[in-house]
Amino acid sequence: MSQIHRDDFGSKMGMWLFLFTELLLFGGMFLLYAAYRFAHPADFVIAAHRLDVTMGTINTIILLTSSLTVVLGIVALQRNSKPLSLFFLGITLLSGVAFLINKYFEWGAKIHHGIYPKGPELANMSEGEGLYFGLYYAMTGLHGVHVIVGMIILAFVFVQIYKNQITSDNFVRFENAGLYWHLVDIIWIFLFPLFYLIH
Amino acid sequence: MEAVLNNENFYQYKGKHSGILGWLLTTDHKRIGLMYLAAMITFFVVAMFIGFFMRLELLTPGETLMKPEVYNALFTLHGVIMIFLFIVPGLPAVFGNFFLPIMIGAKDVSFPRLNLLSWYLYMAGAILAVLSLFTGGGLPDTGWTFYVPYSIRSTANVSTALFAAFVLGFSSILTGLNFIVTIHRLRCKGMTWFKMPLFAWGLYSTAWIQILATPVVGITLLLVIFERFFGIGVFDPALGGDPILFQHLFWIYSHPAVYIMILPAMGLVSEIIPTFAKKNIFGYGPIAMSSLAIAFVGYLVWGHHMFTSGISDTSRAIFSLLTFIVAIPSGIKVFNWVATLYKGSIDLRTPLIFVMGFIIVFSIGGLTGLVLGSLNTDIHVTDTYFVVAHFHYVMFGGMGTLFFGGLHYWFPKMFGKMFNEKIANFSVVLFLIGFNVLYFPMFIMGYLGMPRRYYDYLPEFKIYHQISTVGSWILVTAILIMIINLIIALKKGKKADNDPWGGTTLEWKIPSPPPLENFEVEPEVTKGPYERV
Repeated sequence: MSQIHRDDFGSKMGMWLFLFTELLLFGGMFLLYAAYRFAHPADFVIAAHRLDVTMGTINTIILLTSSLTVVLGIVALQRNSKPLSLFFLGITLLSGVAFLINKYFEWGAKIHHGIYPKGPELANMSEGEGLYFGLYYAMTGLHGVHVIVGMIILAFVFVQIYKNQITSDNFVRFENAGLYWHLVDIIWIFLFPLFYLIH
Repeated sequence: MEAVLNNENFYQYKGKHSGILGWLLTTDHKRIGLMYLAAMITFFVVAMFIGFFMRLELLTPGETLMKPEVYNALFTLHGVIMIFLFIVPGLPAVFGNFFLPIMIGAKDVSFPRLNLLSWYLYMAGAILAVLSLFTGGGLPDTGWTFYVPYSIRSTANVSTALFAAFVLGFSSILTGLNFIVTIHRLRCKGMTWFKMPLFAWGLYSTAWIQILATPVVGITLLLVIFERFFGIGVFDPALGGDPILFQHLFWIYSHPAVYIMILPAMGLVSEIIPTFAKKNIFGYGPIAMSSLAIAFVGYLVWGHHMFTSGISDTSRAIFSLLTFIVAIPSGIKVFNWVATLYKGSIDLRTPLIFVMGFIIVFSIGGLTGLVLGSLNTDIHVTDTYFVVAHFHYVMFGGMGTLFFGGLHYWFPKMFGKMFNEKIANFSVVLFLIGFNVLYFPMFIMGYLGMPRRYYDYLPEFKIYHQISTVGSWILVTAILIMIINLIIALKKGKKADNDPWGGTTLEWKIPSPPPLENFEVEPEVTKGPYERV
């Protein structure tokens, strides 16, 4: 067989294209958010005040920092520091775990108070607030699924670095995983103000 | 092991896996294309027989063979299979996979393993769609368009069907992604963008639509599933949701989807005509650019599916104007094709007969699209059989005809055998006759007011339904003859050489069937794809 085909530029191009599809996937929901907020501006603000801005801010800081640490991991590997690279990648993964734990408590609190689609407390709220929370669960839920997917991808990369399958000469998979993680981060950067900071 | 040195073709190559695993675990774009082909012909035949039974039910007014609920379920399943399992994936998955790398002088696509994943996702989606037949509340009866609020309320197995469509969308996205990177990165030496075959341009434009439009329907269908299970409210009017928003999001994909269906087919026409006119294509540049133009403008016309949904007059006028504009690049193609034939040395073989049929049938479909695109006439014919006729003329007469045309054109290359041309030609002509007898009466009865998706009808429409049903018998016979003729050719056909038709593109320079890595050495291209010395 002729030499193994390797095209790092093409590989990254593929990941960028995939990221665009993810943006469009979430884009549909942002469109719905825009339509319903335009229809129920006051209700959206009332509903937003029920969210815990502190928790949201902490989660934002966690994800932003994790985007930094994944890049530090890539740079470390490029400079041949495998242990340091694994260290930063580990922090990134732990950040993902922390994010999800926070999310669990946030959702848990709301559900405990009956604030969820078809929930008792939501039934007492206005239509606009109901739509706000429908979108809140759908959007943060789908985002959470993407956090998990991102973590799985990063975990695979971790193992491959450990087994010297991703090295300072061959790290495009790490870069692509990092790109995916940045997407997960950037979607949250839009979700956070739209759900937590409106007033 | 160098496959080429042994003069073996890709079927004979023994890789890591043997037997059925050599197919199920392959990353060879040619095998993947064939696996898609086998699945797709099967699904097409199933959906075709569903259509056959629908037409049988409509032979007489009232109940003929089945209850109305069954009829509703049948037209839903017919649409879901034909659109999501056949027409949308069709040409890219089968012929794009098999021939794109070869036509640009490459060994394979950029991401062969992702390609195999696309196939598995396709099969998973197909299995899920079939599952919706047998589990839960029975076959969905919402129509393939899944309009809310009925798709939220219906007790049938809507969620499984929705999820099937979602998975199929994912398959489509990954194929599009693969083709874009392949075309950007793997063109051989000398093959600049404007020396690429026009089929590749068609696939390229299509791939962009696949990537940019499919995710939107993906999230829309997912949200209907969430609506059914969790009651999030975004589409449910009882909770403050707006059903029109569903329609917008649905058609923002589903209109570009029809361009996913037709652009590769039109690319194929641009391949077949120069081969059988023995002449360079007329207007290569405009044809290539028109593919991009159709892809782009096609994103802007979705509202023409919603003219009677209550959207504003201003938006309707704009959508109507854009709908007229999007017809122009298609017209440009037809003119260039005809100009290519002019003063050519015509060799009227089977693929060219398909193309001739396509041009006529697609033109009829396209022109009737203008009737639908005009606001004042649309009011009368929307949701009637006029629409049913229109989309069958463009989708079936368009992509469907060329799927089978492409199958005949590339049959010798894929399988190394020639088929019986006399029987094939007979089957094409019978196909075109049956097609028109089946669908043309629908224009008339739609214009006279026969609604679509109706199980029963007034006596004044009976004659049209009966003619149409007879047409379906002719059409089904023709397709069965066509398929059986090809299956026989697989076993008993004469051996085909490299270039049985006299084509000029790269696939005709390699053996039939091709070797594993397509080319012994990377080709170098110095002239346009259809130039003859």
